[in-house]
Amino acid sequence: MPTEYRKDLFADERSDDFDIVGKPIIRQDILGHVTGRSKFYDDHAFDGLLHMRCVRSAHHHARIRSVDSSAAERQDGVVRVLGGRDVPVNVNTLLSLINFGRDDEPLLAIGKVGYVGQPILAIVATSVRAAQEAVDAVKVEYEELPHVLDVEEALKPEAPIVNEEYPNNTFDYFDTYDHQKLRFGDVETAFSRADHIVEGEYQMSPIEQAPMETCGAIAAPETNDRITVHTSTQALFFSVGVTAKQLDISSARLHFIGGTVGGGFGGKVDSHHEPLAALACLATGKPVKYMWDRAEEMQVGGPRGGERWRIKDGVMRDGRIIARAFTGFFDAGAYTRLSSYAVQKSTGHLPGPYSIPNVASNVYCVFTNRTPSTAMRGFGITAVDFAIERHMDKVARAVGMDPIELRILNAYRDGDMKAHRREAKNCALIESCQAVAQKTGWSLSADAMRASSKVGGGEGALGVIPETVTDDEGRIGERRRSGLAPEPLSGQGTRRLLPEGYSSNNSSAFGNAPQREDMEAEIERLGFKGATVVSSTPQGPADQTASSARPIEPRETAHAMHPAGARGGPSLPAAYTQRPASTINQPIAQPPERAPGTPVVQQPATPPAAAEAENESAATHFQRGVRRPGVSRFISGSRRR
Amino acid sequence: MKSPVTFWLNGSETAVFVDAGANLLDVLRRGCGDLSPKYGCGQGGCGACTVLIDGEPHVSCLVLAETVAGRSVETTGGLSNGPDPHPLQRAFMEGFAAQCGYCTPGMLMAAKALLDRNPSPSRPEVEEAISGNLCRCTGYEPIVDAILEAARQRGAA
Repeated sequence: MPTEYRKDLFADERSDDFDIVGKPIIRQDILGHVTGRSKFYDDHAFDGLLHMRCVRSAHHHARIRSVDSSAAERQDGVVRVLGGRDVPVNVNTLLSLINFGRDDEPLLAIGKVGYVGQPILAIVATSVRAAQEAVDAVKVEYEELPHVLDVEEALKPEAPIVNEEYPNNTFDYFDTYDHQKLRFGDVETAFSRADHIVEGEYQMSPIEQAPMETCGAIAAPETNDRITVHTSTQALFFSVGVTAKQLDISSARLHFIGGTVGGGFGGKVDSHHEPLAALACLATGKPVKYMWDRAEEMQVGGPRGGERWRIKDGVMRDGRIIARAFTGFFDAGAYTRLSSYAVQKSTGHLPGPYSIPNVASNVYCVFTNRTPSTAMRGFGITAVDFAIERHMDKVARAVGMDPIELRILNAYRDGDMKAHRREAKNCALIESCQAVAQKTGWSLSADAMRASSKVGGGEGALGVIPETVTDDEGRIGERRRSGLAPEPLSGQGTRRLLPEGYSSNNSSAFGNAPQREDMEAEIERLGFKGATVVSSTPQGPADQTASSARPIEPRETAHAMHPAGARGGPSLPAAYTQRPASTINQPIAQPPERAPGTPVVQQPATPPAAAEAENESAATHFQRGVRRPGVSRFISGSRRR
Repeated sequence: MKSPVTFWLNGSETAVFVDAGANLLDVLRRGCGDLSPKYGCGQGGCGACTVLIDGEPHVSCLVLAETVAGRSVETTGGLSNGPDPHPLQRAFMEGFAAQCGYCTPGMLMAAKALLDRNPSPSRPEVEEAISGNLCRCTGYEPIVDAILEAARQRGAA
């Protein structure tokens, strides 16, 4: 089917005189593919190649009482048996290379296994068959432990601890929260003003990437004391860094060759094959191949994590969504790998491509005794998109509206402020909806057909960052590690919750101080306000010179543009081309009175404890998903120890 | 215990010692150095290792190497005529019918078996012929298009 380009759309934003884009071109690697000469990692031959197979956990969750490999070691062809104690740095987490998260996953399990198929021993032999026969001869005595396979079961206080590094069964965000939080405006107030409340729950399964080429690596000694590693990895420099770390050798001794990957789809980023193959190469002085067979690829290859999402929308009669709250549970499996990042990615994506002035979200990265999940094609995005779009259809039914028109009405337009506090640009959802309707013969109203992503964006409340109000759980900043931080002063911001000078691995992302100059410019241009102006430390001149980040002077636009009933009246115009200045009649959060540019130091009207109790009593849907009765709100270290 | 096996590999007489029970895929790749057939599953499920034995497509991971003695084996490694690509290879290149390229050698052999038997197949016949070959990049449409295009080119030539 010939591709049809709708060049009438956004013609002024696009150049058509490209040399390459839009023209057919012969790929530079395709001659190798069609002649069978492309060198995948397994297409390298070595004399005396040894093969590695792993002894794997037979249980979801078990203590390892004993491992007896004596019979295996005596078998013909067996060269070396490696266990966790042979790995110089056995425990690692993939994103430790970018200082995100704590080392939690052993290369070879010692003492305990957390999922079926977790490797315990690696056996190197002269053939795959000899290695497998040796694996079969190893006797492992287990003491089975209770296991948990469901994300919400894992959050119950009686749930078994899956991952000792995170005894709360949740990844710790910013060393403070047991979830990734997003707050934009005030969902609870907006819910109370909405004509309809629409709730839904959506569950997505784990999915195996199932590349045609199974994961693997060949490590071979070079003459100059280096190790050459041919690998299927999708992330060559992750693999180099992880191998250097776990083998405790300089990365200068590692010569990694990759790039020709027989399908990855995210499943080849975990960097487990390279350290094991290189370790065996160091231990034997011979080239060693560690290659999964298909059964291993399917059973122990990290899949896309399963996700559960609850969405609650506050909707006006005319279809405008004025509030959307999410509770998400991301199934990380037994170890973190990339799930911590997937949760942040999904949060950055909320509330979908729609301009909703009040958004709240709590997303949990939960440990269960499933195969650790990892990257897969848009992970963190695809599942919540599925949930959001199913929910849009549900909202359309609830208000009796055409589902495409509902999307057009609520779609991002250029200039709208997104929940993550960036201005929407180059929006095209409206045009996409219109094109789909045309193609499928779906009739839209004249208003919907006339709508444009370029018209009506950023008007009124949709163009500004609303004051982020006190959290529905009491305040933003709850769920902090006990004893590390002082009592919070107010619900404003989060930096103040950290002790002065406190720096966690990943606090910079939360610190609101822009890291890059171009981001500073962007924030100033947008008149970024709210949590940004809340500084954890007094911003004296000395501080300013010490810090590369310029103090951000908030503009007053947000206050001025919040039309406190400026339009007035109950009429809710349904015109698509010209949206009302505010989707609700009142500003949802009254900003505190203060002089421009001064840091907000808002004293709570009630002591924190009292405020907390008040909020405890307000049982809302959103709270249901995030509060676990009987469970301490404090995370790792205090809940069960 | 190794035993000698002699067969025709892409038209050349080839002798190789094989282990008892060795499969043809391993023997081609390790014994003969022809790396064009790929290991995908070792269970006959994916078709990445497809080769032609006496012109018929077989998944070489399930063929005992000793059974090809005296027979003709064709692989993608022998598909092109010197520097000139086979019409199927050309059509795959021009039609963007490969993404990661791992299934491509198997696809090409399955397609060659079809075109050798049926020079002008219909679209359903092409789809049937490659139904045993998985492409996880899910590029089936351009693959089918390329095979049909190759058939047209050969018919025109």
